[in-house]
Amino acid sequence: MSSVKMLSYIKRDTPVHNLCGVTKLVVFLAWTIVCMLSYDTRVLLVTLCFSLIIFKLARIRWREVRFVLAFIGFFLLLNDVAIYIFSPEEGVNIYGTRHVLFQFSSRYTVTKEQLFYLFNVTLKYLTVVPVALLFLITTDPSEFAASLSGIGITYRISYAVSITLRYIADIQNDFHNISQAQQARGVDLSKNVSLKKRISGIASIAVPLIFSSLERIDLISNAMDLRGFGKHKIRTWYSARPFKTADYIVLAGMVLFVLVGLYVTFHDGERFFNPFVP
Amino acid sequence: MKLNTRTIVAIGIGAAVFLVLNRFVSIPSGIPNTTINTAYAFLAFLAVLFGPIAGALVGFIDHALTDATAYGSIWWSWVIVSAFVGAIIGLAWKRIDIEKGIFGGKEILTFNIYQIVANAVGWGLLAPVLDIIIYAEPSDKVFLQGAVAGLANIVTIAVIGTIFLAIYAKTRTKTGSLSKES
Amino acid sequence: MKKTVIEFRNFSFKYRAQVQNTLTDINLTIAQGEKILIAGASGSGKSTIGHCINGLIPHYYKGEITGNLFIQGKDAAALEIFDRSKMIGTVLQDSDGQFVGQTVGEDIAFALENDCVGQNEMIPRVSRVSRLVDIEQHLHAAPQDLSGGQKQRVSLAGVLVDNVEILLFDEPLANLDPATGRYAMEMIDDLAHETGATVIIIEHRIEDVLWRPVDRVVLIDEGKIIRDTSPLYVTALSYAGIQLTEGMRLSHPSRIDPETIQEPLSCWYRQEIKEEPAPNRDIVLTLSDVSFSYTADREVLHKISFDIRRNEMTAIVGKNGAGKSTLCKLICGFEKPTDGKIMLAGKDLNGVSIRERADKIGFVMQNPNQMISQIMIRDEVGFTLKLRDMPKDEISDSVNESLQICGLYPFRNWPISALSYGQKKRVTIASILVQKPEIIILDEPTAGQDFRHYTEIMEFLQSLQQRGITILLITHDMHLILEYTKRAVVIADGRLIADDSPARVLTDESIIKPANLKETSLLTLADKAGFEDPFDFVKHFIAADREARHTPCHP
Ligand SMILES: Nc1ncnc2c1ncn2[C@@H]1O[C@H](COP(=O)(O)OP(=O)(O)OP(=O)(O)O)[C@@H](O)[C@H]1O
Ligand SMILES: Nc1ncnc2c1ncn2[C@@H]1O[C@H](COP(=O)(O)OP(=O)(O)OP(=O)(O)O)[C@@H](O)[C@H]1O
Ligand SMILES: [Mg+2]
Ligand SMILES: [Mg+2]
Repeated sequence: MSSVKMLSYIKRDTPVHNLCGVTKLVVFLAWTIVCMLSYDTRVLLVTLCFSLIIFKLARIRWREVRFVLAFIGFFLLLNDVAIYIFSPEEGVNIYGTRHVLFQFSSRYTVTKEQLFYLFNVTLKYLTVVPVALLFLITTDPSEFAASLSGIGITYRISYAVSITLRYIADIQNDFHNISQAQQARGVDLSKNVSLKKRISGIASIAVPLIFSSLERIDLISNAMDLRGFGKHKIRTWYSARPFKTADYIVLAGMVLFVLVGLYVTFHDGERFFNPFVP
Repeated sequence: MKLNTRTIVAIGIGAAVFLVLNRFVSIPSGIPNTTINTAYAFLAFLAVLFGPIAGALVGFIDHALTDATAYGSIWWSWVIVSAFVGAIIGLAWKRIDIEKGIFGGKEILTFNIYQIVANAVGWGLLAPVLDIIIYAEPSDKVFLQGAVAGLANIVTIAVIGTIFLAIYAKTRTKTGSLSKES
Repeated sequence: MKKTVIEFRNFSFKYRAQVQNTLTDINLTIAQGEKILIAGASGSGKSTIGHCINGLIPHYYKGEITGNLFIQGKDAAALEIFDRSKMIGTVLQDSDGQFVGQTVGEDIAFALENDCVGQNEMIPRVSRVSRLVDIEQHLHAAPQDLSGGQKQRVSLAGVLVDNVEILLFDEPLANLDPATGRYAMEMIDDLAHETGATVIIIEHRIEDVLWRPVDRVVLIDEGKIIRDTSPLYVTALSYAGIQLTEGMRLSHPSRIDPETIQEPLSCWYRQEIKEEPAPNRDIVLTLSDVSFSYTADREVLHKISFDIRRNEMTAIVGKNGAGKSTLCKLICGFEKPTDGKIMLAGKDLNGVSIRERADKIGFVMQNPNQMISQIMIRDEVGFTLKLRDMPKDEISDSVNESLQICGLYPFRNWPISALSYGQKKRVTIASILVQKPEIIILDEPTAGQDFRHYTEIMEFLQSLQQRGITILLITHDMHLILEYTKRAVVIADGRLIADDSPARVLTDESIIKPANLKETSLLTLADKAGFEDPFDFVKHFIAADREARHTPCHP
């Protein structure tokens, strides 16, 4: 069994990579919030354009993200179909007009409003994707905990995230070894045995994985205690990146972007941009 | 409440194990192409061992990381629900003294009541409402989605979560119980 | 007089779950700057003493303490674990568990971060310490990219960075190859001299620890202190009838005065010892040109070929990361060779499932935690038999027999979680033994085992071998291969560089170097005594030792 491909940090020397982790985290969160609040097509489109520009700036290559994009594309398509099946008139309800294009049956009509609504839903999901990808690919995981603590989260919780990132590979490795050891002892994991046997087979892997992990928890927490973790209210970070001028500029730009985005969205008291109103 | 080192490590390692279980260990349900995911049972298990804060954080970190590494973006509404479910199940921690190795009928009942409530409210109500607020998706669709997810989780946790806890209780040695036999 | 840093006074400890005391009436005084080795049987309480010193007892392990422990003059009962972490640096056996940072630099800095040291002071300090342990080239490396020995160095740097006065090591050598182990001991010794730190080492590999002198050896048995020690070369000296006296500086052979030993040793050496003839048996396992890589960019094994004959006991040796465990995984079918063929009794194993191979080939993995899937010892050992639908009472008999062989019978009704590391390892050996495979592969079977269990396990393996089972073992223990195996396969950087008798391998400089092995202390001894052919001397010793072990009364 080979390990599943995961998105992860790719080391490169670009202006985006060189930003402080705190800056990137703030940008990522603010960006997500704007995209969550706004349903304004104009805002979403501009946001998408911006994120594509930053994508270029970070010199991320197409083939590095291709498989994720295909995955998301498929997921969004499925979601659109589901929405249409459940509620073909959702767009009409939202925009208040009805321009029928054609009709499958009495329930399933295709309206301009519905298509526009689906376009917006897809767009809304899609706009956050590039920023999230950017954040993942350009942020050094060992700087991540320091960044979390930089935006005000207590260092204890930040460190928990750091531990997750540190031990994922080890635990994945444990998993493979356990599954091999159990197979060698006669546990059958193939598809051609009874359901009951398969469940017990899987339990014989899940149980050692969980219990060896509990043991690991004790071991690591002992090692950390022995080296004085949690002694003080705060702690410093070896791998934190210092704030530079570029960081201030980016943050200022971000504030501006959030304000404009929210103003454009809500100035008429509506989340939706409505092109159908005469 | 101050988190101690062990709880912090448990959150970190717990999230990593959750990710791995989520990827590799799923149980066929008998219905084609539908699998039961052991990961949520593990979340419930950890929540009972380490309490509501750990439960909430494991739920949060896991879901965010799973989303991020698999889809390249994070659906916050479901992440929040995972955290909520972890926290509510974690409340059972006060009522079940698993470290003493006690996990009988009463404890099993308590655990399951907490998990059923947590999943019902979380997936059945909170998740759809958040989806409607954030993404303005049609309510029929999101409520059905929530109900299916919630039900699947309830069943998984009831079976596998309970088993995990029972096994764990067995490993807890009671005071003065071990002596060498000839 | 030197200042006392640690003092146990009538100290006893009982784990919460236990009925009997784990430590009984310990009286031990350690002076500043001393270097102490704590040795003793697996499960005798060595780690427990370590926990008492560094504060994990009572911070984490609960139980009953009676008597007193003073650390730097202060009553330990009043010292929190944080107070102790300023005085005592602990290096745990499991270097992965100890390595909490995501990069080397981050991990070394861990204690400083917790102390709120600013980056401007932290970074130079980390780079200074990393130079000290020779890891500064890898400050940005992730733990997955480091070898076992390198991780060990990082652990050491991580405690040194805090300027502690007492260094406590729990089995620092368990998973290190001989050369790296030796290097680690040198490093610890040099650092202790430089900083004046007190060093306490808990270790089974006494020979390797004694590569550099220690001031005292503390021997623990069943939770009590007894004293004695006998590394390999000392045994050789006693065979030769040399009186061992205090003044002989026995801590390392290179320190022994040649005058005192030359005469009797060469006299003993000239005695005739009969050689066993090399038997010629049929081949059971063949590897031909086996290559393998985990990732496309690096080949882990390159064109490995050798034959294993029925009934043989063969050792696979080589440095950390050479590919030994990987080779075993290929044989068991866990991984598939990228090239080449593996054949069992003339039959190509390509396409044969893990499960089917397991009927013939039993594999005891390096890490016991990855094999154990049950909670209770009995269930674990009987697990495979249950999967094969064997009747209950037959299972019970097989399990009992296997537990007895592995010295676990008194613990049969315990949960595995209450066992020491060495005891767990024996559980995994027991659970493979019940399957009665034709070939047994053991990945470091004696890591973390004391001499008695080690001997028991090896004697037992030897008896299996006499009953027709073929045994393949991976080990870092040179003593073991000299004593028990007739053949050693040496792997260095993924290539097979030697396949010969252990005595020859261990006296050949051109093999020892690339494989990170270590010549045995016997060789140093032979050198000291001025023998022409050290290889012959080593062979002589082994033969004598084999004979001695089979005669009840030791000389
Ligand atoms: N957490 C625990 N609870 C109960 N008993 C324990 C616990 N840890 C260790 N013991 C028991 O205490 C005894 C001493 O254990 P310890 O770990 O100190 O042995 P050790 O000398 O370090 O052995 P090894 O060389 O195998 O590591 C063992 O018999 C073990 O069963
Ligand atoms: N699952 C894996 N994926 C990728 N690389 C691996 C994997 N397992 C081992 N390796 C690499 O393969 C090489 C050989 O590893 P292996 O575990 O076989 O060494 P070893 O000789 O058993 O070492 P040790 O004496 O430390 O146990 C190492 O460089 C290791 O980093
Ligand atoms: Mg120990
Ligand atoms: Mg190995």
